[in-house]
Amino acid sequence: MSDLTHLTIAEAEAGLDKGNFTSVELTKAHLDAMSKRKDLNAYITETPDQALRMAADSDKRRASKQAGLLEGIPLAIKDLFCTEGVQTTAGSHILEGFKPPYESTVTTNLWKQGAVMLGKANLDEFAMGSSNMTSHYGAVKNPWKRSGDAKDLVPGGSSGGSAAAVAACIAMGATGTDTGGSIRQPAAFCGIVGIKPTYGRCSRFGIVAFASSLDQAGPMTRTVKDAAIMLKAMAGHDPKDSTSTPGPTPDFTKAVGQSIKGLRVGVPVEYKPDGLSSEIMAAWDKGLAWLKEAGAEVVEVSLPHTKYALATYYIVAPAEASSNLARYDGVRFGLRVPGNSLDEMYMKTRAEGFGREVRRRILIGTYVLSAGYYDAYYAKAQKLRTLIANDFKQAFQKADVLLTPTAPTPAFAIGENLDDPITMYLNDVFTIPTSLAGLPGLSLPVGLSADGLPLGLQLIGRPFDEETVFKTAAVMEQAASFKRWEAC
Amino acid sequence: MAYLIEGETGPWEIVVGLEVHAQVVSNAKLFSGAATAFGADPNSQVSFVDAALPGMLPVINEMCVEQAVRTGLGLKAKINLESVFARKNYFYADLPQGYQISQYEKPLVGEGQVIVDLPDGRSTVVGIERLHVEQDAGKSMHDQHPSKSCIDLNRSGVALMEIVSKPDIRSPDEAGAYLRKLRSILRYLGTCDGNMEEGSMRADVNVSVRKSGEAYRTRCEIKNVNSVRFVMQSIEVEAKRQIDVYESGGTVDQETRLFDPGKGETRSMRSKEHAHDYRYFPDPDLLPLKLKPDFVARIKDTLPELPDEKKDRFVRDYGLSPYDAGVLVVDRASADFFETVAKGRDSKLAANWVMGDFFGALNSTGKTIETSPVSAKNLGELIDLISDGTLSGRLAKDVFALMVETSKAPSVLVEEKGLKQVTDTGAIEAVIDQVMAANADKVAEYRSGKDKLFGFFVGQVMKASQGKANPGVVNDLLKSKLAG
Repeated sequence: MSDLTHLTIAEAEAGLDKGNFTSVELTKAHLDAMSKRKDLNAYITETPDQALRMAADSDKRRASKQAGLLEGIPLAIKDLFCTEGVQTTAGSHILEGFKPPYESTVTTNLWKQGAVMLGKANLDEFAMGSSNMTSHYGAVKNPWKRSGDAKDLVPGGSSGGSAAAVAACIAMGATGTDTGGSIRQPAAFCGIVGIKPTYGRCSRFGIVAFASSLDQAGPMTRTVKDAAIMLKAMAGHDPKDSTSTPGPTPDFTKAVGQSIKGLRVGVPVEYKPDGLSSEIMAAWDKGLAWLKEAGAEVVEVSLPHTKYALATYYIVAPAEASSNLARYDGVRFGLRVPGNSLDEMYMKTRAEGFGREVRRRILIGTYVLSAGYYDAYYAKAQKLRTLIANDFKQAFQKADVLLTPTAPTPAFAIGENLDDPITMYLNDVFTIPTSLAGLPGLSLPVGLSADGLPLGLQLIGRPFDEETVFKTAAVMEQAASFKRWEAC
Repeated sequence: MAYLIEGETGPWEIVVGLEVHAQVVSNAKLFSGAATAFGADPNSQVSFVDAALPGMLPVINEMCVEQAVRTGLGLKAKINLESVFARKNYFYADLPQGYQISQYEKPLVGEGQVIVDLPDGRSTVVGIERLHVEQDAGKSMHDQHPSKSCIDLNRSGVALMEIVSKPDIRSPDEAGAYLRKLRSILRYLGTCDGNMEEGSMRADVNVSVRKSGEAYRTRCEIKNVNSVRFVMQSIEVEAKRQIDVYESGGTVDQETRLFDPGKGETRSMRSKEHAHDYRYFPDPDLLPLKLKPDFVARIKDTLPELPDEKKDRFVRDYGLSPYDAGVLVVDRASADFFETVAKGRDSKLAANWVMGDFFGALNSTGKTIETSPVSAKNLGELIDLISDGTLSGRLAKDVFALMVETSKAPSVLVEEKGLKQVTDTGAIEAVIDQVMAANADKVAEYRSGKDKLFGFFVGQVMKASQGKANPGVVNDLLKSKLAG
């Protein structure tokens, strides 16, 4: 029954409904596949017993006609989501062995809709990274390889474990979180669909915080429709998160399959920097051609403050992170390294518990918030953030949705770029402005590079207009007919 | 009269500003649903949010905001319809998040004022700089284990109001009076119980000294002083220290100090070089707090009559002296008590009884108005018995003492003990006759011009009647009888 792992979520729901197979069978198929792809290191913690229990419960619910949106669907959960009684590490040594006595709102929503948890997916430590190389639990491998080259590639980051699991068919879908591109970039690298919804769409309650004003959960799936189904299940107002948006969640699946005739698709001129790979340019042009063919109109838009986005992000995100990570002090949970005084215990615990990248960002964040530097860095970054958001507002006067590349390159090899944090940070150059503006951004695979690696394009929508994004993405998906099973 | 400290180089003026931390009266914490009761078992009132577990988020408690707005209105202060919560970052074992959620640049409440009544009868105004809302930290306990410290997070996340005065205070007395007045206002409003022993009100004291007419000099902050008396003492001690430093040619460094009431000294806690850099920034987990004008208006409509207004009314309606009125309005319970006693009665007599015998009895029995053995109704009844002549002032005091002892109504006591004043002229005449017969020599002396003996006769008659004779009647009858 190994082809059970080769279904989309929508197909699996239909099969389960018809009684072609049960959730227990579907789940077992995935657990088998997981055991065969341990090499990917996509999971930090596997939860087979819990998965089978949840699947059996799901089969009972389906039998009594109580099926939810994701009834019986096995998912990978990024290990940044707190899961009750199941180790939650955030990819960090400092949280090793931490079993939260509570469940995140997003995962609670998923379980309410019948989903099954296969395990906790690997990620960059505290979601800081674009390659999944910073995880304390080891790098994740991209299931894709360059044609004729055995070298292991990165899956992207920080939701690299999630992306690899979905691409390799060892999960039907996965949760990700995106702070500056952590869903979209790995989705692009692994040839899957990933959407960071509008900030406030999904509750952040129970998600280990990186940069609170940017963090947003979203689904990672193999198809646009699956992403729409899964986002519907994850999203919704949560009184436990003050930044969660009140109001009902639309049925995103209805947007999938709708016509885009007359839709204005914006192309930001600033997103064509010198040296952008010709392959990426070609993929972008191809995407635009498909949309035109489907009746859309392509317009040029300008996002003049784009050049400041990366710098702005690398002030705001570390600033918030430096504060959010202060609670990892060895006092109440997680790692404690003894010291002769309170300060020494703090220092030893944090030095041992946090990896290099996390420490680097804590230092940057501490610096930019320090007395005497606040105005020069943080306050200025906040102003730029407003200007960047205003750029998008202007652009959305002319366009209904924007199309851009997701990442400047396809996946790179493990070890490449590692010694150069700035180059690494540049990976998020197309995704970060959207994050700063809080807008929805979806990455979908549109083709392969010359050496056979997935290339992704990003669709950016107005705030809370994920429907237009899904509608447009579905049209492109159909035109691209991407080889989504290649990595399974 | 300015309060000045005489130094070797002449008089110095002191300049004081107070930052008062007042715990908000609320059933739940500022950002979590956990309870706030005092004295609960350690760590029994802690939510995952208060313990800052990963992924936990703060959600503002509307009741705490309402209480802070109510306080702001009580301090005649500007309510800011938009305020911002900021993170104050520092590491401490009992600060679980590694930061305190407070307000910084945009507090909930802006400038206001407090009228302060001084012991010498003067009033002065102390400006309020701001009031902001913040969460309390937990408590480190160092005495539970020989080598380890324990943390109690029950207080963690409890809502505090930090009420910052302008540097308008010029003497220890003013500081004490300001604190007492502030406490009185908070208690009237029901927004803080003002209990300094339980730590629900604490003060940081900023002290500097200067020569008259000078600009402000460097100030030192004395942290966490927990009684009115200690605040007053610490100001005096710190001001003298600073004067000594200046007069011996030194400079005062801006620093944080601790007051040791046992040794009567302040000592350095941390200097400016070691001062924390709190790295304030707006808390990204919380949106700016926006209030609707009608929310504020609704709270304003429910404000009680505050001590200043009550005092004015007592002076106006009851004809009390400002001092008496001021004493009675310090807390709501005594003001209410007085009003019940005074209703329909001689208000000055009522005030005298409440402030005299009644307060005295509370003091000596250690009781409060709430637990008082003498109810306002019974004290009123006692005054009625005086007014209608049933009791003499002297008898009334005896009856009152019995009321304190037994909690009984005065009418009952009068009946039981037969303490009724005797106004029957026949009975009194008989006593007078007795007394005159027994003191024939004194009667003769009186009649030969020794008027002063009149008092002696009154005393004898009262004594013989066991104090029950109506003194007015005794006077009248004695005069005519002695006249012969």
